[in-house]
Amino acid sequence: MPTFVDASKCVGCGDCVDICPSDIMHFDRKTRKTYNIEPDACWECLNCAKVCGRQAVGVRGYADFVPMGAFISVIRDDRRNVISWTIRYRNGTEKEFNFPIRTTPWGSIKPPSEYPERKIGEDEELSLEPEKLYVNSLPTVKVRANEKQNS
Amino acid sequence: MRSKTVDSDILIIGGGMAGCGAAWEARYWARNAKIVLVEKANVDRSGAVAMGLSAINTYMGMRWQENTPEDFVNYVKNDLMGIIREDLVYDVARHVDSTVHLFEEWGLPIMKDKNGRYLREGKWQIMIHGESYKAIVAEAAKKAASEVYNRVMITHLVKDANNKRIAGAVGFNVRDGTFYFFRSKAVILSAGGGSQIYRPRSTREGAGRTWYPHWASGSSYGLLIEAGATMTMMEARFTVPRYKDGYGPVGAWQLLLKAKQTNALGQDAWQLHREEIRKLYNGKLGYADAPITPTNLRVLANLMELKAGRGPIYMHTEKVLTPENEELGWEDFLDMTISQALVWASQNVDPMKEPSEILPSEPYVMGSHATECGGWASGPSDISSGITNEDRGKSYFWGYNRMSTIDGLFLAGDACGASPHKFSSGSFTEGRIAAKSAAKYLMDHSDESIQVDNEVVEQMRRKIYEPTERYERKKYEITAGIVSPDMMWYDQGLARLQKLMDEYAAGWGSWYTTNEAMLQTGLKLLRMLKEDFINYSVAENYHQLLRTWELWHRILTAESVIIHMLYRKETRWPGYYTRADYPALDDENWRVFVNSRYDSKTQSWEVFTVPVIDLVTRR
Repeated sequence: MPTFVDASKCVGCGDCVDICPSDIMHFDRKTRKTYNIEPDACWECLNCAKVCGRQAVGVRGYADFVPMGAFISVIRDDRRNVISWTIRYRNGTEKEFNFPIRTTPWGSIKPPSEYPERKIGEDEELSLEPEKLYVNSLPTVKVRANEKQNS
Repeated sequence: MRSKTVDSDILIIGGGMAGCGAAWEARYWARNAKIVLVEKANVDRSGAVAMGLSAINTYMGMRWQENTPEDFVNYVKNDLMGIIREDLVYDVARHVDSTVHLFEEWGLPIMKDKNGRYLREGKWQIMIHGESYKAIVAEAAKKAASEVYNRVMITHLVKDANNKRIAGAVGFNVRDGTFYFFRSKAVILSAGGGSQIYRPRSTREGAGRTWYPHWASGSSYGLLIEAGATMTMMEARFTVPRYKDGYGPVGAWQLLLKAKQTNALGQDAWQLHREEIRKLYNGKLGYADAPITPTNLRVLANLMELKAGRGPIYMHTEKVLTPENEELGWEDFLDMTISQALVWASQNVDPMKEPSEILPSEPYVMGSHATECGGWASGPSDISSGITNEDRGKSYFWGYNRMSTIDGLFLAGDACGASPHKFSSGSFTEGRIAAKSAAKYLMDHSDESIQVDNEVVEQMRRKIYEPTERYERKKYEITAGIVSPDMMWYDQGLARLQKLMDEYAAGWGSWYTTNEAMLQTGLKLLRMLKEDFINYSVAENYHQLLRTWELWHRILTAESVIIHMLYRKETRWPGYYTRADYPALDDENWRVFVNSRYDSKTQSWEVFTVPVIDLVTRR
């Protein structure tokens, strides 16, 4: 359904409801657990599965072109900053991959207001330029005089 | 219904890559300003990068003398067959490296080569471990903005009482229905491009599997069009060749792993059709002869093979993938198109043993990828200031970089037209450019007070909830279900839109081909859909109301696409679409921008051309 929620694992915390970019993970009023209300608007981005602390969200590939029997599961660890994937083929072949997701701790970005203040001038430099470009100056183009005319 | 009014100095509509860049830069230059970011989903995972990305497609590498912004302009100009705003493209290119360096400092893992430089996927692209790309960038934006409103969809822009400048925007919370009026001195629009306007190749349950996400609802264009801003290049809707069904990305496979595409007979489509394509589409500037063949011409060659019955087109993964580099190929999918990994696993495809099919997608309406739909914007003062005209819609410069033709309204990402090949890093960069400019505008106009006609806002409020109120009035007219002569649900309207666009405005179902008569029929049917939307649309809840207003933005976007396609009497990007009644490229008459303005009162369009001035490449 592209993503689905395992009834035995979901505790109704709503983390998947909070993150879904398509606004399709909603609470079921009777069970107070979550489910995918609009499978045909699901992009299979798996953000719901990545945030679920109980591994309750799975994916069953789109019914119109994905044969049954394969699965992908994902664990995203934002303390070790690693994402772990398990892919099982319809024929049983398994593949496992681990990839880094971030090189710094979450919450560590220095906000723009903590940099020295700078007045807006006539130049075209953006914040922290030219230093952050790692070249001496911001490039520009010399527009020839005969092109400086009305279009 | 609860109503809230939120005042701000700078309002950012849409918290994708461009909106996050805007928030960051706005705070840098305007320390005490109230900066409000509004997003219809959750900024941590919203926009086109919500799933993640495996590459950053725009990085010059100026510090290692890899490329210059001029090189980039030359490449982009050729890829778009000669029509770009060189001032806008150059501007993104000269700043984009500082954006990528910030990303790395913030913690985005960028792959390195043996010399310690960023690992190049291709000339402009670098490889990343990008699963959390959007979440990292969102952290920076959240620290910069004064307030972030998640789950609020903006439906309409609001102008001041004299109709002279922007005054804010209205929308609603898609979960609890609260009405919002955001009153703001400056507005940055970065509400994404348009997916699901044309019928997708996927059907029924799989319909959400498109290349650009379902939530890309053409809102940038819908909002701009209704407000009367000048639009540009809306005819440049484009298609992308992707792995069939899953829409897996092809860039890393072609550029880094060097996998080749062939037809079923093992032949290279480009070599087969190169001469034929040159004759019609080389133009005065030699587009087909450039070192990097334009994307659309390669797509055309593949289409010619498919039509000739020599499909499918294969990506020969089996010739390049080994146990040593296998992980790279899989990460490419898992970082940004998980579905493609699932397609391989479910169909028992071993990419080391067999090739996979490639197919051109349904068309998308966008301004950030390899095309250039969007609003017409003023350029940077050091490059564009000489090209002026009393009519902003024909000018390259009116004081503030990235300002739309509406005072105080700035454009970034998919919203900004004629500025292609930004991708993620360039969209963030354009958000930064627009925000610095908005901060300057704010400073220059600090003494201006904005008068808003409250009755206009009240009318907009009533309009937003018409579909839910209509449903409450009409629901008892039928026993149950969704068939009624008086009600049109969003998915019914969406199906009509996608079918007519596919069949009459050069979708995949008509082999990306159209003509005057077909476009006129499409326009007629589209205008009936527009009327039906106004008279019959219903929503049972706020989630459906979200989908309903997304449909409205898609309808307006589609109308501008057809209007522009009718106006351009040539075939400029034959891999994207062919005007069969004008099958050749015509540089003599049509190497020009097609611009338009919509009058929402009379529902009429003004369409005109604007010269392309080569400010950087000076041909």
